[in-house]
Amino acid sequence: MFEQVFQFLVTGITVGSLYALVGLGFALIYNASDVVNFAQGEFVMLGAMAAIALLSAGLPLPLAAVVATLLAVGVGLLLERFAIEPAAGASVVATIIITIGAAIFLRGIALLLWGKDFHTLPPFSGDAPIRLGGATVLPQSLWVLAATGVLVALVRAFFDRTLLGKALLACSFNRTAAQAVGINVKVMLRLAYGLSAGLGAVAGILIAPITFSSYEAGVMLGLKGFSAAIVGGIGNPMGAVAGGLLLGVLEALGAGLVSSGYKDAIAFLFVLMVLFFEPTGLFGHKVAERV
Amino acid sequence: MKRWSNALAAVLLSLTGSGLAQAADPIKIGSFLTVTGPASFLGDPELKTLQMYVDDLNAQGGIKGSKIELIHYDTGGNAKDAVNFVKRLIKNDKVDLLIGGTTTGDTMAVIPDVEKEGIPFISLAGAVEIVEPVKKWVFKTPHSDRMAAAKIFEDLRKRGLSEIALITGDGGFDKSGRAQILKLAPDYGMTLVADEFYGNKDTDMTTQLTKIRSSGAQAIINFGLGQAPAIVTKNIKQLGIALPLYQSHGVASKTFIDLAGDAAEGVRLPAAALVVAEQLPDADPQKPILLAYKNQYEAKHGPVSTFGGHAYDGLLIAVEAIKRAGAADKAKLRDEIESTKGFIGTAGVFNMTPQDHMGLNLDAFKLVEIRKGAWKIVE
Amino acid sequence: MRLAGFYAFAATVALLPALFPDNYFVVVVGASAGLNVILAVGLNLLMGYAGQISLGHAAFFGLGAYASAILTTRFGWPSLLALAAGLIAAGLLAWAFARPILRLRGHYLAMATLGFGVIVHVIMVQATGWTGGPDGLAGVPPLDLFGWEVSGDLQWYGVIMAAALLAVWLSLNLVDSPVGRALRAVHGSEFAAQMMGVDTARAKTQAFVVSALFAAFAGSLFAHQQAFVSPDSFDLTVSVELVTMVVLGGLASTFGAACGAIALTLLQQALVVFEDYEMLIHGALLMAVMIFLPQGLFVGLTQAARRLGSALVRSRPSVAA
Repeated sequence: MFEQVFQFLVTGITVGSLYALVGLGFALIYNASDVVNFAQGEFVMLGAMAAIALLSAGLPLPLAAVVATLLAVGVGLLLERFAIEPAAGASVVATIIITIGAAIFLRGIALLLWGKDFHTLPPFSGDAPIRLGGATVLPQSLWVLAATGVLVALVRAFFDRTLLGKALLACSFNRTAAQAVGINVKVMLRLAYGLSAGLGAVAGILIAPITFSSYEAGVMLGLKGFSAAIVGGIGNPMGAVAGGLLLGVLEALGAGLVSSGYKDAIAFLFVLMVLFFEPTGLFGHKVAERV
Repeated sequence: MKRWSNALAAVLLSLTGSGLAQAADPIKIGSFLTVTGPASFLGDPELKTLQMYVDDLNAQGGIKGSKIELIHYDTGGNAKDAVNFVKRLIKNDKVDLLIGGTTTGDTMAVIPDVEKEGIPFISLAGAVEIVEPVKKWVFKTPHSDRMAAAKIFEDLRKRGLSEIALITGDGGFDKSGRAQILKLAPDYGMTLVADEFYGNKDTDMTTQLTKIRSSGAQAIINFGLGQAPAIVTKNIKQLGIALPLYQSHGVASKTFIDLAGDAAEGVRLPAAALVVAEQLPDADPQKPILLAYKNQYEAKHGPVSTFGGHAYDGLLIAVEAIKRAGAADKAKLRDEIESTKGFIGTAGVFNMTPQDHMGLNLDAFKLVEIRKGAWKIVE
Repeated sequence: MRLAGFYAFAATVALLPALFPDNYFVVVVGASAGLNVILAVGLNLLMGYAGQISLGHAAFFGLGAYASAILTTRFGWPSLLALAAGLIAAGLLAWAFARPILRLRGHYLAMATLGFGVIVHVIMVQATGWTGGPDGLAGVPPLDLFGWEVSGDLQWYGVIMAAALLAVWLSLNLVDSPVGRALRAVHGSEFAAQMMGVDTARAKTQAFVVSALFAAFAGSLFAHQQAFVSPDSFDLTVSVELVTMVVLGGLASTFGAACGAIALTLLQQALVVFEDYEMLIHGALLMAVMIFLPQGLFVGLTQAARRLGSALVRSRPSVAA
């Protein structure tokens, strides 16, 4: 029994780190613009699909990964410039619909470019499972776990330590004031979209060997990433990671100990409970409403 | 107001092209398939097959001088859209017959309209409930999930295995497959020691498989579609579970082997003869048909899958019936489809009767095993 | 004046089938649009007026549909009684969930309602004994309105459009009632509304329950009209579509929501002929509308028309001169 539960936990953490990685991208854009970007999952999908396409075109994997990430950054910048920027001043729901439109649009492009089939990337360091006590993990899951750790540290250091990161945060707190102290808000917003698109693409490339990818893969990953970011307290990169891990572990334990058919319901029920007791997520800021 | 609504309706009509006058009277085949969405890898080859063969038939001058017009709508796997598009095909496009309904859900949802309007309908979905009980206007060409379950159980019995673990997804294909397995298991002396579920978009099934590992099962059956069975297959290898794994006919496409990689080695599944066409003895009457379809499809669209084959069977059964009855009289056309005898298709030899609107027997399925990344017939 | 739009809408609805009898785009697509109008107008009460987003509204739609389908097929209830039971169930559920859920704000509320929708959808898929699972429940009997069995696309068009008109009329009246004023105050600033003595929790709960009732009502009609229910008609995509309808048409406007519902229904029918390009165009159109008309189609276009009108009036003297 103990061995089983241990495997459930290991599974939960590996799946959770995947959600966490996607959730990070949500946190980044939210930090800069107060917008939840529902096309974040599509950045993840674009990164994976572009890397797969480049790999099969003959590029070595590391180069394919870099080029795919840069492509996604480009798409992020274009999205900000041509869809988010012209709508500055639109209501939050209008912006949400724009990002949903962008998500559908990007899915449409991927469909035309790469068809409807599922594709996969070869794992970075083989397929031989690693034994941890009675449980097993794939080497690729360790890659995901390690990358999540590194990226969250980088994102944190970026916001806490660098001037650029602080300027980005300032845009989110008060755009006018940020403008007044000489921050170019427009450039900052583009930066945020570029960065989080890149982050999403990296996530996509890392998880593609485990989950496979297709033009629709972004939908589920976006949903889980969004949930991770919210449960942790949106805008807090650490929160997104905690939220992702929590969600993954809940799903695994729910499936293992209660019912595998109802595991998503169990996980979301728990998320609801968290929100009922902590209405701004586990690590969210308590915000005061302006009248 | 009147002029405005006139204009609106005119715009709508011109969008569908139904306002255009047709010179000759073409035979109109209406189709609604799941070309996008979770079951797209079923619907996509189906549509490509229909388009390819309709073009071919027209290039040869059509059926008895009448061109064939294929009108298709994508349901995205949404039953509500399937119902609306079938109404559109019947009311607006005025088609002569229907071929489509990739998923059981789409098919079941449109049956009330099909029966009420009285239009022949050849479904491309699997579940046995589509033709049992028999519905006057509804036929189907794919093997049923009951046949898949029976084929798997036959092989298990041969190997002397009887304690089985079942793992299925949350789609319609998975659920009706599971129902057939549960129903047939006692007939074959099988006991189910685990019955686990996953979501079709899940990324990891090791939790469910860990439970199966400690259930004492002698074999695992996975009934599912899409990428999930490939993940199950990989996870089984990751956990080091050495039990025989049976998949369903839902993964009988090259994509599954590509995704699952080495882990697919030794997986068995029931599949239409299409995937093993080259291995059939030359005396097999199906062989030339299968090779012809396979070569033509692969020349244009890449690796063949059995799902496109179901569309081929449906279309050609309809064409044969139209040759005998014409397309003008729907009731006559229906009668001719029902009297299809000895038609050799990709799924097997069809012999329809008023009691059997599918007309395939269990021989039509081959049990295949994946060896070195290719399908091999198990004897 | 306030009801002028309503009468124009009613007249159009009545005229269309008279002009185009048995036309697919009128009776079938029209009936779909009508159901969406009920859903969108109901959701708009919550989103547009109370300012609370819901990404789980398809759950209430589904609840109504499954209540009708299950009670009539498995228990042989008369259809109107099943419809009433669906309404009561949806209302009670909404009422029970309203207080804890509506304490949340913004994206947290979006998350909670989304989670609620996912949970209900999982139950529809997994509880196969009751719901028939992913392949759904077939054979829902026709709606029996005091001895008159609704059958055929034209009759359904009539019934659904009558219900849609009722929904629009109800919404117009609710918005102008004291409850509606309280709701709008909540939308402006919940804190300020509280200071002015509005029981904001109560106002939000009422909006939530009423919009759930609209959705469940539409669901019951849907189940009988299709004679079939399956979970894919009530998943997250549908919830997102409903939100899109409300925002696309124009928040805080009953006609805006109705407009959005009709526009999106027609759009989906029109785009299907583009096959593989459907998604691309759909996404591009959504973005374009929200970028250029951030207040929505209805509000944006009526404002533009007004501006154009006054510009014409102003330009006339200069032309003369």
